[in-house]
Formats: sequence, C-alpha cells, structure tokens
Amino acid sequence: MDFISILSIFVLACFVGYYVVWSVTPALHTPLMAVTNAISSVIIVGALVASAAAGVPGAKWLGLAAVVLASVNIFGGFAVTERMLAMYKKKDKAPAKKEAK
Amino acid sequence: MEVHAVNPLVAFAYLVAGVCFILALRGLSSPATSRAGNRYGMVGMAIAVVTTLVTHEVASLPEILVAIAIGAVIGLVTARKIQMTQMPQLVAAFHSLVGLAAVLVGVAAYLNPGAFGILEPGGLDILKGSRIEMGLGVAIGAITFSGSVIAFAKLNGNMSGAPILLPGRHALNLTALAAIVILVSLFHWDTPTLFWAIVALSFVIGFLLIIPIGGADMPVVVSMLNSYSGWAAAAMGFTLHNTAMIITGALVGSSGAILSYIMCRAMNRSFVSVIAGGFGADAGGASGGGAAKEQRPWKRGSAEDAAFLMKEAENVIVIPGYGMAVAQAQHALREMTDLLKEHGVGVKFAIHPVAGRMPGHMNVLLAEANVPYDDVFELEDINSEFAQADVAFIIGANDVVNPAAKTEKSSPIYGMPVFDVDKAKTIFFIKRSMGGQGYAGVDNDVFYMDQTMMLLADAKKMVEEINKALAD
Repeated sequence: MDFISILSIFVLACFVGYYVVWSVTPALHTPLMAVTNAISSVIIVGALVASAAAGVPGAKWLGLAAVVLASVNIFGGFAVTERMLAMYKKKDKAPAKKEAK
Repeated sequence: MEVHAVNPLVAFAYLVAGVCFILALRGLSSPATSRAGNRYGMVGMAIAVVTTLVTHEVASLPEILVAIAIGAVIGLVTARKIQMTQMPQLVAAFHSLVGLAAVLVGVAAYLNPGAFGILEPGGLDILKGSRIEMGLGVAIGAITFSGSVIAFAKLNGNMSGAPILLPGRHALNLTALAAIVILVSLFHWDTPTLFWAIVALSFVIGFLLIIPIGGADMPVVVSMLNSYSGWAAAAMGFTLHNTAMIITGALVGSSGAILSYIMCRAMNRSFVSVIAGGFGADAGGASGGGAAKEQRPWKRGSAEDAAFLMKEAENVIVIPGYGMAVAQAQHALREMTDLLKEHGVGVKFAIHPVAGRMPGHMNVLLAEANVPYDDVFELEDINSEFAQADVAFIIGANDVVNPAAKTEKSSPIYGMPVFDVDKAKTIFFIKRSMGGQGYAGVDNDVFYMDQTMMLLADAKKMVEEINKALAD
C-alpha cells in the first residue's frame, strides 16, 4: 500500500473516532478507557510478526516479550471491561428492595 | 513472509477487525448495548491475531502460544481481582504496557526489518519512510510507557500526588521534545545511534512530562496517555502497513483526546496549563487569610440529624466525590438510598465530570454498588434541580460544589462548572475534618452556610450510622 492510501485510512478513521466517541455516554467513560486500552493492544500483530520470523534471535525475543505485554492488556482489558459493564443495571421493574445487607 | 505484497484477503481481514473495533466503541453509547460492543472488540482482536498467525510462516508457534498464555493469565487474574476503586491505577498500568509493547515491536522491526517487509526493494536498508514512522512510533510508545509508570505511581500512592517541580522544567521539556522531533526527522539516515538516542530520550521525556502534574489533574493525564497509546499503535501501523492497527490507533487516539478535552472543560483549565503542571503546588498559601477563615462559624450535624431530615425530605440529591472512593463508602451509600426510598424519598445522584481520578470513575463505583444507572445524572442534567431539592448530600466531594468557582475571580477554580448545592434547602457535607481542603487548596463557603450541617467522620462510618438511624 502506498503512503497516501494509508494516510487516507488514518484520517478517515480519526473522524470516525471523533464522532463515535462523542456519542459515548459519560457514565461509560471508564469502560471506554478500558476497552480502548484493550483494542490498542492490536499492536500484538506487530509483536507476532516479530516473534514468528526466523533469523534474528534478538528481534524474536523482543517480539515474544511484546506478545506477553500485549496479551496482558488484551485479556485484562476486555475482562475488566466486561466486569464493569455487567454492573450497570437499570432500575428494577418490580422493586425488590430487601436485598441481603 | 512478504505480507506487503498485500494479499487482498489479509487486508480485508484487518479491515473487518478495524470495523469491529469501531462497533465496540459505538456500543458504549448506552449501557444496554455496551456488552455487545465489548464482544465486537474481542472478535476484532481474535480476527487480527489469527489472520497474522495464519498468513506468516510461523517458526515458533509453541513459544508464541506460551507467551499469549502467560499474558492471558496475568491479565485475567488482574482483571478479576482489581477493586473498582483502583481502576485508574489499573488503566494507567495497562497504558504503560501498550507503550512498552510498541517500543519492543519498533526495536524488533529495526533489528529484523526483513520480517516486516520494510526493506528497500533489493537492498538491505530499511525504507526511509518506514524509518521515520518507526522512530515516531517508538518515541510515542516510550513516552506513553514512562509517563504511565509515573501516573500509576501517583495514583497508586507509591509516589506523592503533589507536583514535583524541577527548576527550568519548561525549557528542559521543550528542548527535549524538540530534540526528539529533530532526531526522528534525521532518522532517514540510518544510524543505529540515532535510533537508540530517540528511544532513550523519549523514555526520559515521558517521565519529565508527568512528574510536575498534581493528583487533581490525573483524570486529564490518564486520558492523555490513553490518547498517546493510540497514536503509538497508529504509528506502528504506518510502519507495518497494517489497516487494523491504523484504524484502532486513530480511534483510541481520538478517544483519549476527546476525554482529555472533556476533563479540561469540566475544570475550566486549558490543556496547556494542565500539561505544564504545578497545579495545587502552592496550596494553603494561595487561599490566604487563613486566620480569618478559621473563625467563621459552622454547624456540626450528627448522623441522627441527617437521618431525621432526609426521612422527612421529598427529594435528596447525593454528590459523590473521590473521598467516597477512598472510604469505600459506595455500598453503604446505596443502602442509605434504599432505606430512603422505602420512606418514599426520591434520591438522585449527581456526578461531576472530574469527580474521581478518571473519567466516569464515580459511575463505575455506583454501578458496582448496584445503584441503577437511571438514578445517576450528569452535571448539566441535574444542576437546575437543586433549587427544588430538600437535601444536598455531599460525600467526599469538595471543589465541585464550591461556589467560589462562580463568584470569586481570584480563585484558582474560578470558571469551573460546579453544582449549585447552595440552592438546596439543607446541605449535609461529609468530610473527615474541617482542616482538609480540596485538591485545589481553596476554602469552601458551603461549609459556613446557614443551611449546611457538617458531618465530620470517615465517609463510610458516617453513612453506616445514618443507615442505623434510618432503620430505627
């Protein structure tokens, strides 16, 4: 791909990001940060390329280290987002007020 | 190996991954669709990882799988164990990992450019354009890493939240930043020294940039580092010609930037002034007239007073702040609202955008304590209701209810949008003692108002006592 087509994708994605993020409700800003953090670990793709290639051992080990770091983020980020989102509840339709104290 | 002869199927798979990530953020527009959004994110990530593995000659699959497994275990255990009050630290720590991963990938690409398909056709040199992109990616990654480590230490209490001000820091930081820009642009000459200099300098500057920023400005810093981690991923995406990385990087970058903007606006501070740091360093001295304010009369209330008055009230607005998180009072608070609702009292929660240590922190804590999200309101949506409110119940917040922001031009928080609690008939203000002040270090007139009762105690203990009194 030539530079200009990559740049076009980037610029358009910035605009998409701008509009999509403004539509996120402020109540979910913490999960937003957690999930953006998880997806920015897509950098694992680069780490995988580095660790998959034969030839330069230094690059391979750096790649593997990056795979570990990015995986912590991917699994941790999505899991903690899931945990947070599961807590957001609407008002009970039939108010069950007497919960265990 | 030669990914860049762009196999259309591979490019398409990365595009699909990118679209999944867009849908992941889109889902967060409402709590109802948010979990589906998160699943899209996971699907996108799975597509990206699998595509990469099946389209490369993988010489070391077992090692890679072990690496992923190690990361997965650490990540899942952390995600399960972490307390919701510690979310800001966790996010800062995660940012640092993205930053470090970006640096490692950049260095690996530099050492083994052939694997990434960024060599000059037929040559052994790395493409000029790729070198610049790589330099940029590594620089942003390193800044993200060291900046996030400092932010983590400050949020986690390993390091004082007070700003650390080095003499001549502005000149120092600007010089270092300029040096990085120059080095990156010089990097089209392939000299290893240059590359390592960029890496080293970027680590240092990330550190220097964050140490002068005080605890109260951490929501901005965390959002800003969020943005950086995105730009780092995007820069690596440019280097590796990978659409998934570019789309994601752009999304994350703009997301963090918008959050920083929202936080700055909510504090009426310019982004530059936050980044320049030092806010809250001269606390105490700045408020002035210390002796005079000591003598102003204030009323002390008790848990019984609070319980009695709130029981009789028609509607109560609760304003939680960082102090609630510190005292872990969210569960007791939810119990209090349940008891009040049994007495037919309407209870609403009012959240200031900068309450807590990261955007949306309070909302998560209340959600954790099972407060329904339709009882929780943002500043603009609820501020007009204080005039009709019988009770404003302030727990662990201070600066966000300070009327000085509206009236006193000399105040450091002047112009910051605040809750009009002074319009409520009665104000209960839970605070540990009269001595402590908000992060901005300014006195608060609300303490001394006729309708205010100060409830001086640990937030959780006080709310528990109120609950006892309500239950009687």
